[in-house]
Amino acid sequence: MATEEMEQLVRRDYKEGFVTDIESDTIPPGLDENTIAFISNKKGEPEWMLEWRLDAYRQWLKMTSPSWAHLDYPPIDYQAISYFSAPKRDEDRPQSLDEVDPKLLETYEKLGIPLHERAALAGVAVDAVFDSVSVTTTFKEKLGEAGVIFCSISEAIRDYPELIKQYLGTVVPVADNYFAALNSAVFTDGSFVFVPEGVTCPMELSTYFRINAANTGQFERTLIICESRAQVSYLEGCTAPQRDENQLHAAVVELVALDDAYIKYSTVQNWYPGDEDGKGGIYNFVTKRGDCRGARSRISWTQVETGSAITWKYPSCVLRGKDSIGEFYSVAVTNGRQQADTGTKMIHIGEGTRSYIVSKGISAGRSNQSYRGLVKIGPRAKGARNFTQCDSLLIGDQCGAHTFPYQETGNSTATIEHEATTSKIGEDQLFYCQSRGISEEDAVSMIVNGFCKDVFQELPMEFAVEAEALLSVTLEGAVG
Amino acid sequence: MLEVKDLHVTVEGQTILKGLSLTIKAGEVHAIMGPNGAGKSTLSAVIAGKDGYEVTQGSITFQGQDVLEMEIEERAQAGLLLGFQYPVEIPGVKNIYLLKAALNAQRAARGQEEVPAPEFMKLVKDKLGEMKMDASFLQRAVNEGFSGGEKKRNEILQMLVLQPRLAMLDEIDSGLDIDAMKIVADGVNSLRAEDRGILLVTHYQRLLDYIVPDQVHVLVDGRIAKSGDADLAKQLESRGYDWVVEESAA
Amino acid sequence: MSEQTFLDSLARRSAKRERHGPEPTWVAARRQAGAARFEALGFPTRRDEAWKYTDVRAIANGEFALAEDADFSQTVAATLTLPIDAYRLTFVDGIYAPALSQLEGLPQGVQLVPLSRALTDNHEAVGGPLGRLTGVEFSPFSALNTAFMEEGAVLRLAPGCVVDKPLVVQFLSRSGAQPVMSHPRLLVEAGARSHATLIEHHIGEEAATNFTNLVAELILERGAILDHYKLQEAPLGDLHVASIHIEQARDSRYTSYNLNLGGGLVRNDLISDLNGQGAVANFYGLFYGQGRQHIDNHTVANHNAPLTFSNENYKGILDDRARGVFNGRVVVKRDSQKIEGFQSNANLLLSDRAEIDAKPELEIYADDVKCSHGTTTGQLDEEAIFALRTRGIDLQTARGLLTLAFAGEVLEQVNLDAIAERVELAVAGKLPERFNLAGLVEAAAALLDEQ
Repeated sequence: MATEEMEQLVRRDYKEGFVTDIESDTIPPGLDENTIAFISNKKGEPEWMLEWRLDAYRQWLKMTSPSWAHLDYPPIDYQAISYFSAPKRDEDRPQSLDEVDPKLLETYEKLGIPLHERAALAGVAVDAVFDSVSVTTTFKEKLGEAGVIFCSISEAIRDYPELIKQYLGTVVPVADNYFAALNSAVFTDGSFVFVPEGVTCPMELSTYFRINAANTGQFERTLIICESRAQVSYLEGCTAPQRDENQLHAAVVELVALDDAYIKYSTVQNWYPGDEDGKGGIYNFVTKRGDCRGARSRISWTQVETGSAITWKYPSCVLRGKDSIGEFYSVAVTNGRQQADTGTKMIHIGEGTRSYIVSKGISAGRSNQSYRGLVKIGPRAKGARNFTQCDSLLIGDQCGAHTFPYQETGNSTATIEHEATTSKIGEDQLFYCQSRGISEEDAVSMIVNGFCKDVFQELPMEFAVEAEALLSVTLEGAVG
Repeated sequence: MLEVKDLHVTVEGQTILKGLSLTIKAGEVHAIMGPNGAGKSTLSAVIAGKDGYEVTQGSITFQGQDVLEMEIEERAQAGLLLGFQYPVEIPGVKNIYLLKAALNAQRAARGQEEVPAPEFMKLVKDKLGEMKMDASFLQRAVNEGFSGGEKKRNEILQMLVLQPRLAMLDEIDSGLDIDAMKIVADGVNSLRAEDRGILLVTHYQRLLDYIVPDQVHVLVDGRIAKSGDADLAKQLESRGYDWVVEESAA
Repeated sequence: MSEQTFLDSLARRSAKRERHGPEPTWVAARRQAGAARFEALGFPTRRDEAWKYTDVRAIANGEFALAEDADFSQTVAATLTLPIDAYRLTFVDGIYAPALSQLEGLPQGVQLVPLSRALTDNHEAVGGPLGRLTGVEFSPFSALNTAFMEEGAVLRLAPGCVVDKPLVVQFLSRSGAQPVMSHPRLLVEAGARSHATLIEHHIGEEAATNFTNLVAELILERGAILDHYKLQEAPLGDLHVASIHIEQARDSRYTSYNLNLGGGLVRNDLISDLNGQGAVANFYGLFYGQGRQHIDNHTVANHNAPLTFSNENYKGILDDRARGVFNGRVVVKRDSQKIEGFQSNANLLLSDRAEIDAKPELEIYADDVKCSHGTTTGQLDEEAIFALRTRGIDLQTARGLLTLAFAGEVLEQVNLDAIAERVELAVAGKLPERFNLAGLVEAAAALLDEQ
């Protein structure tokens, strides 16, 4: 492949890089206990929630930023970040879509979010988080009929305190890690989903996150609970405008699946990756963990990661319930000077637990990408099984692809298989496609899509299409 | 010697054998033929005890013992030995280990002493010679990197060493060129004895030119549709299976 | 402070050594640097990523003397020595034992001498290569070794020299009133197109509880071929830490057979720098842990030049409460194109209290590469078990045969039949009683010998 063409491909524009001109209510940068009190107060939270946050903050102060990842970035100045930004008209928040600031809706239009009618067409209920505040939740009524609660986490803290007290922080404890502790202290919004016993959520649930204001961090918190025999499929999308400075995103997602419950969590992450020299872009430090508490429960993570300057993310499953299943399907594409250290952890505790990991990494430009995974089989996980397939594709000779899988096995009846390959796009495959009249660019796109097929097929239909398109855009001209 | 009565077998919920009955006496050679998918291989797999085959009805007795109640190795120790259509490769396990362990196990089960080393070696060497196999083969891993013909010869070699009471040979002719087939057939013929039964499962009549059976059974849709002597096989060759299928449907 | 025990011992040793006159300045300087480095680092803890799964407190908290002599019964030694026709250099608790060595008839162009001799003869010739690959920075153990180093083996092969027999460097561990430690060096300079087989053999008296801290540096010039066996049969109370660093020039071929049966705590760091085009590194490993054995193998293939190849196959069998660690790493430098790196690791646990921690890593900065790794921990092939049972072999024996076969896949790569047979027999003998295969393997081996 010609390096030049590849360079061109790499130099594609970030399509979601527009800034929405909305008056927002942003507090000055800085973090101390007052900031946290301000956030909690602004959200109208009860006392116990503030205490919870302060506890997290105090623990965070004693912790240090992790250094084990294969990532290189300057130290983050946590005092230079603003921890709260909301569209100005927060006081009289919109009650329905019609009341939503048309500029906001326009933003979502540009993003191609299936909100409004498009949401109806797609049958998707959307909770859109803009900077720090959940703007609107559609389809609340229809979900309500089924007994499904889908609202912002702020609302849930006000309206369903018992559920929050029962579950929040039980999967990812406040001091789990540096970024989770920070999130626990300052999280501003996020989604809450509760699917009661025996209910299959009647539609796909979806959240779109967008960082708009400058110098703001986004710290959303998502909590999804499926009671016995309940099922839900949830999708999150993320974008941010193009800015020269780095922005911090430190989210926490907690999933709880009780007996026979099934949670499918899909992510299409397209945060701003920075420019080709590595200027700007989102620092994405995310803690996602699912707890298969019940017997035969199943949690499935699917992620398509194309954005962010730095990605530090390991959606994990704690397989506690007997015969529970954890899955992780990931496509990560890095380009320019992006760095990603991502993977999963499968902690097998219960008998007969199974996990599947399929990770596809594509590195282009001067990017670096690492798969980091842990499969741990505890002494009581009789007959546990894991299968891991981990493939990396390198496009260009200036990028890096790394694999760091950890396997800890303490049970003789367990079966663990890990396979990994690293290669470049086969010249013969390219030649074959081209000899059939397909342009080099399309051929690469086809081959890369084929490479990722196993993961894309795990995405909900409408998003699979979106993911494929995103991939093509990311790699546009990047082929040489 | 072997008596199969009204055997019904399901595999993954699908019924493959639907009331198969078959009696083999000592000294006889039986051939089971039939179109693809008739259940030929299922029969030998069930007799050998392979997992995943559920007997829903009927019985299998061997020398008065209920075969279905026996462990896999007990069947072999009792002299019921299966030659596989696709012998599995077992990397790292040397043929010599397999032969010695198998012979010891059989003798132990019958209350006999282990064969003294020199005798064992002589026995194995003689049989290797019969199968026209090189002694270096004993050091090689079971079936690993063997050609199709070598694998089949190895199956027969094991039979010659273990001297089963009933030898079942599943598609032993498949994938063999004519020379290899002759060697295999010679091996099988040398197994023919007053006190031994042989069951051949085959799709083609070709093999039966070299190993002439006493009885031929045509298996159609899980049942024996027709039985006869060696001539039946010849008829099948010239006329195909369709007429038997039609006859049995009528 | 446990480090202090070692530093005190070092001080006593220095005082004693000084009475024998001054050492070459470079030796003294390195010794000092090693001591300083060790003092600064201290022993590694589980918080260090490289030592995440291996606890060295048994070493750190130990009190080890330094051996004063190499006395060893000739008859006992005879039972421990590998029964193969070879040139042999023997050390007893780190001290050179001329009486147990056999260097007669060494061909022209081969030099196999104790380090002490090499230093007396021409210390400057040693000073260049020694410590070049494994410096004091590598680990606290390499620092400690450098501070204490006095003895070891130096092997020099002249260009084009082909050695007719294996070269054995034997380390005997004695059981005595007090545990001892040794810090041996192994220095190999294999000239261009030379060809040799080196066997590093660790064995000793059953009740021994000594600590060996080895640093090996192997330099392969252009086209050199070296087969390096590390046969670890040390007593179960012995503690063993080794760093083995290889530098490979163009078209050289290094093959490591790391066969680990003994030792209570064993940690190997095997690192090859593939610096010239066409260089090939093969790492074959087999470890069998029983009781409370802890066996940790870290390997690295550094592809520093284009067209270099590495191939790794490690197998582990762990029983009782044994613990195994495998950490294999393939690193491909930027611009090191047309690389092939393969890595395979498989493990079998025979007991529920055994544990294996595996971490195969790929770190790749070039795009025209073919790299892969596979790791499995798990179960024997059900189909193979069935096939064996249809031959009348009972389930336990079938499992035993397949476990032996599992080890056999590495032993197949071994060129020296005597070693392959010895290890196979040892594995058969170690298998849990229920498998009961030792008799079978012995008998089969005897049969084939008759042939």
